[in-house]
Amino acid sequence: MAKASVSPSAEERLILTKKNRRWDEVRGRSLVTICAVIMIAATIAVTVFLAQKGLQSFTVNNINPIAYLTSANWNPTGGENASFGIFPFIFGSLAVTFLSALIAAPLGIGAAIFMSEIAPKFGKKVLQPVIELLVGIPSVVYGFIGLVVLVPLLRDHFPGIGFSLFAGVIVLTVMILPTVTTIATDAMRSLPNSLRQGSLALGATRWQTIRKVLIPAALPSLLTAIVLGMARAFGEALAVQMVIGNTRDIPGSIFDTAGTLTTIVTLNIGHTTYGSIENNTLWSMGLILLIISFLFIFVVRYLSGRRKI
Amino acid sequence: MKKMKLSVLLAMFALVIGVLAACGGNAGGNESEGDTSGNSNSGGGEASETSIVVAGSSAMQPLVAAAAEQYKGENADADIQVQAGGSGAGLSQVQEGSIQIGNSDVFAEEKEGIDAGTLVDHQVAVVGMTAAINPNAGVDDLTKQQLIDIFTGKVTNWSEVGGEDQEITLVNRPDSSGTRDTFVKYALDGETPAEGVTEDSSNTVKQIVADTDGAIGYLALSYFDDDSIVKSKIDGVEATNETIGSGDFPIWAYQHSYTNGEPAGLAKEFLDYMLSDEVQTTIVPEQGYVPMTDMQVERDAEGNLTEK
Repeated sequence: MAKASVSPSAEERLILTKKNRRWDEVRGRSLVTICAVIMIAATIAVTVFLAQKGLQSFTVNNINPIAYLTSANWNPTGGENASFGIFPFIFGSLAVTFLSALIAAPLGIGAAIFMSEIAPKFGKKVLQPVIELLVGIPSVVYGFIGLVVLVPLLRDHFPGIGFSLFAGVIVLTVMILPTVTTIATDAMRSLPNSLRQGSLALGATRWQTIRKVLIPAALPSLLTAIVLGMARAFGEALAVQMVIGNTRDIPGSIFDTAGTLTTIVTLNIGHTTYGSIENNTLWSMGLILLIISFLFIFVVRYLSGRRKI
Repeated sequence: MKKMKLSVLLAMFALVIGVLAACGGNAGGNESEGDTSGNSNSGGGEASETSIVVAGSSAMQPLVAAAAEQYKGENADADIQVQAGGSGAGLSQVQEGSIQIGNSDVFAEEKEGIDAGTLVDHQVAVVGMTAAINPNAGVDDLTKQQLIDIFTGKVTNWSEVGGEDQEITLVNRPDSSGTRDTFVKYALDGETPAEGVTEDSSNTVKQIVADTDGAIGYLALSYFDDDSIVKSKIDGVEATNETIGSGDFPIWAYQHSYTNGEPAGLAKEFLDYMLSDEVQTTIVPEQGYVPMTDMQVERDAEGNLTEK
């Protein structure tokens, strides 16, 4: 009997809490759902907007898309002789991106291995904060240092006038190095300790363990680190603009001046009027930037899918 | 549970479509006039009595901002926002009504996609510009033909125009820039410049010319305030307020403030103030521009020069 008198109140309490909980569930759920929807909507809206703007050069101004992508002749203000070929800028963008990744990848992965395998304590306490600080430096600062330090240095010791593809590559390398290093370090650290112990137990030295066991196991994540670094390099405008020279010719050597998609857009967009052909072709460059960035993301997704551990 | 998921998905879908429709409708509506994003805070096209937005040419921004500061000091309830962003953006925005005054280095007639008939031109000052040469080149006077030969790449060494034996490095401006436009039109007689380093900011151009042996660029007169670069004479004429005002020195451009239709309210008062003696005799020369009152010649949008 005593039980019977207690249980209804307990049940009541239970129902009440359950109700409360359900309400909580719904609220929490809708909150995060709204966040997700806003994110997705923003992404789709930007893509649709850019596609609509970017395609106008081809639909309204009747520029041949193939010639636009492959011609090396860029002269948007030529009046009747105007030509719109952005190949030099696509080339410039890809050149600075791949060359800087080529330098940043071994440096970043090397530093990551040092931080995770050779000196984990020093790495975590000193190196990691230092590298994370580098991520926070605004790109205009990198560009300005490039302009006042790097360009005169290159001018004095290398052929050319200092402003060059090479200067852009160096500035970008410094900029993406922290990204590559941080992600690569996380990848190395997330490897299970059993891998290391098993390899060492079989008699492998530490270097053999790193080379034959740890790097292959972390390879997809390491490649992801490099591709994310490349994506950042590809989208960078300001710092590159200050040191690369922004010319419209395909560079003959790495000490030649060059231009990239981003630098040409940022240099010109404010001077053009909305809806003019110059303005539309710049939007098209933006669309191409977006498409190539999507490609980078697809590569990252593919690589993460191949992750073994 | 399945139902719950489905309904959430449906709700998400509906929301995305809704947002997209809103964006799409907006973008579609703007297609003819361009893009209004970033100016939603300007209060739309209606010029309110006490608040106007001025935007456009970055070269003009310091001048207009200085005048606006002074005007606000005298009229406490006036709110004038002066933004940069480029002549093209200024003209586009004033045409679509998202700002009240659009500043431009070039005539609206010269810009594609602008209906100059609806815009009213207010010329508030004149900017002179000339070639800036690295001091080590040993040249401070060029004929117009030499200037054209240098910028079109026919002459590639300073020794060919009486200077040191140094390679010439060109420093250009972006294709649609008003400064480039003026220089090409009045210094190069319309010839297209050869390739060279391209920079947008006058300060960067000045620094490059000052640091690079053999470099030549072009700058507004206010940037020739020290010995780091040489202010080139053209055909023996030095660029000064007097030579520009008399029409002897050819490379100059009006600084235009455009309004959409006749200005009213604060926009009109501010433009009158810009043209008043108070501003023309103090701020305009201080900022390195030629006052409108010094101009004895006039130039129209086609570039025809006439005595006033």
